[in-house]
Amino acid sequence: MRRLLIGFGNPGRKDDGLGPMLARILERDGIAGLDVDSDYQLTVEDAEAVARYDEVVFADASVNGHEPFEFKPIVAGGSPGFSSHSVEPEAVLMLAKTLFGREPKAYVLGIRGYEFNEFGEGLSAGAEANLSEAVAFVRKWAGEWGR
Amino acid sequence: MSAKTMKRVIIEPVTRVEGHGKVSLLLDEKNHVKQARLHIVEFRGFERFIQGRPYWEIPVLVQRLCGICPVSHHLAAAKAMDVIVGADKLSPTAEKMRRLMHYGQMFQSHALHFFHLCSPDLLFGFDADVAIRNVIGVARKYPDLAVQGVMMRKYGQEIIKATAGKKIHGTGAIPGGVNKNLSIAERDLFLKDLEQMLAWGRSAVKLAKDYTVEHLEKLAPFGSFDSNHLSLIRTDGALDLYHGNLRAINAGGEKIFDQVDYQKYYDYIVEEVRDWSYMKFPFIKSLGPEKGWYRVGPLARLNTADFIDTPEAEKERQEFMGVTKGKPNNITMAYHWARMIETLHSIEKIRDLLHDKDLQGKDLVVKGQRRSEGVGLIEAPRGTLFHHYKINDQDQVVMANLIVSTTNNNTPMNLAVQRVAEDHISGQPKITEGLLNHIEVAIRAYDPCLSCATHALGRMPLVVEIFDHEGQLVERRER
Repeated sequence: MRRLLIGFGNPGRKDDGLGPMLARILERDGIAGLDVDSDYQLTVEDAEAVARYDEVVFADASVNGHEPFEFKPIVAGGSPGFSSHSVEPEAVLMLAKTLFGREPKAYVLGIRGYEFNEFGEGLSAGAEANLSEAVAFVRKWAGEWGR
Repeated sequence: MSAKTMKRVIIEPVTRVEGHGKVSLLLDEKNHVKQARLHIVEFRGFERFIQGRPYWEIPVLVQRLCGICPVSHHLAAAKAMDVIVGADKLSPTAEKMRRLMHYGQMFQSHALHFFHLCSPDLLFGFDADVAIRNVIGVARKYPDLAVQGVMMRKYGQEIIKATAGKKIHGTGAIPGGVNKNLSIAERDLFLKDLEQMLAWGRSAVKLAKDYTVEHLEKLAPFGSFDSNHLSLIRTDGALDLYHGNLRAINAGGEKIFDQVDYQKYYDYIVEEVRDWSYMKFPFIKSLGPEKGWYRVGPLARLNTADFIDTPEAEKERQEFMGVTKGKPNNITMAYHWARMIETLHSIEKIRDLLHDKDLQGKDLVVKGQRRSEGVGLIEAPRGTLFHHYKINDQDQVVMANLIVSTTNNNTPMNLAVQRVAEDHISGQPKITEGLLNHIEVAIRAYDPCLSCATHALGRMPLVVEIFDHEGQLVERRER
């Protein structure tokens, strides 16, 4: 079974960098059976990559979700918005299904952040704490996957 | 007309702090447009963010401005830092690696915009049902086109990764050169798919050209107006997306200035602040704010260039200019056709570079006399991008000024919104989503960067609000 985690967001926008930060930690861990990728945002070519996996986790910062994070299954759907160069996870799945004939089992991991509206590196204290819990959760998940 | 009988329509994407855009229409009681404006919030605090940072960090740091075109900021900043370190002429390997990175970016960015952002409008119609007028709708009805867009985008992204080092915070361009060359294995990987990409580049131009020519009567007036045009230009007058001097022409093709060294851009370009928009309004100093505004990007570049130095794109350019009998093309919707000609040019350039052994060279960095000020310009996918820095004796940035492509197109985008609002919305008894999309179509022609920096779950992509003149909310739409 092939699994992928994509952490996305802008590390130069404070807590918006939660997704890439998670990806960096997991990549450093080198968890068996889990490929890790990160980018500023999801785009259409992610559909081609996603279609090559059996399970995919989309990890992003969450503006108003539950603390410390939310983890929920998603299915293909949605559509991109006005002039946006990015697409939502559900739309990536829909493109994978429509264009490449595969829809992997997928989840969104939304890690709660608090500071988004300014340039700056590093996370807020609350986001750091939430990230730690999200890392522990994914490690456990990855362990279960590996069994 | 009483103020109380007027109402205000606002189209407001609320997702992002940077690049946060809003369209507001002020209508009277008969829905006649009294005022139409595009407001874009940009770059709050970025110059402050990088002040005090050492100059060699800047080409990496500036990529955090934008998730769409980090390579443009990376290269513009690196070019400014070349000036700071006195690298007046890069090694052949360094310049060609940077060019490969840039053409890879241009190829993927233009393909993404055409196939996945604007094609829904062109394939289904400007006022088609929003439920199908999107990339998913394209994927379902035209899967071959959607796959083409995805694979072109992926090819360009892989070139960026190979030249910049990684997708996020690439480090390939450094002051005075680059930090890696292209290995034979990397080159061969790109050569494997090259012919397919060239074929897709050609078919993309044909698609855009056929659509524009077939619908010319409808498209010619759509959001269109005469304007000045500005871009970098090579010393022999060729289109050059990576480097050159500044050329500006008027709507009739007469030169306003030519071959201007961009280190002195501020003697020719001035930025004006208006109280209703965070985004500045640049204009050509000698013409003043009323007559000096200009367009940048693919349409402007094809208008300013004397020729293109790759054969297939040059043939297409001649056909493009033939529509306006060799005079500048001022049709806003012709941006798409121009963009696809540049896409073909970019893949032709990529082909030439991949066959150039200089990419495997070892001479990566040059240095010279240290300076305290530097300007870097590049033709980004959306148009001319200006980076200007001053550095103190401790190598720290003490001043930064950026004029991004979307800012250069601020006045033209506002005029396009006004024109479409007057032609398609004014006096309509009911303002439907399809009618409002006409405005978005005109804005999208410029491929503005409205969705740059933050991207987090839980923010709505688009909100339309209708207020009366006293500020009372009449209607709110989300999608």
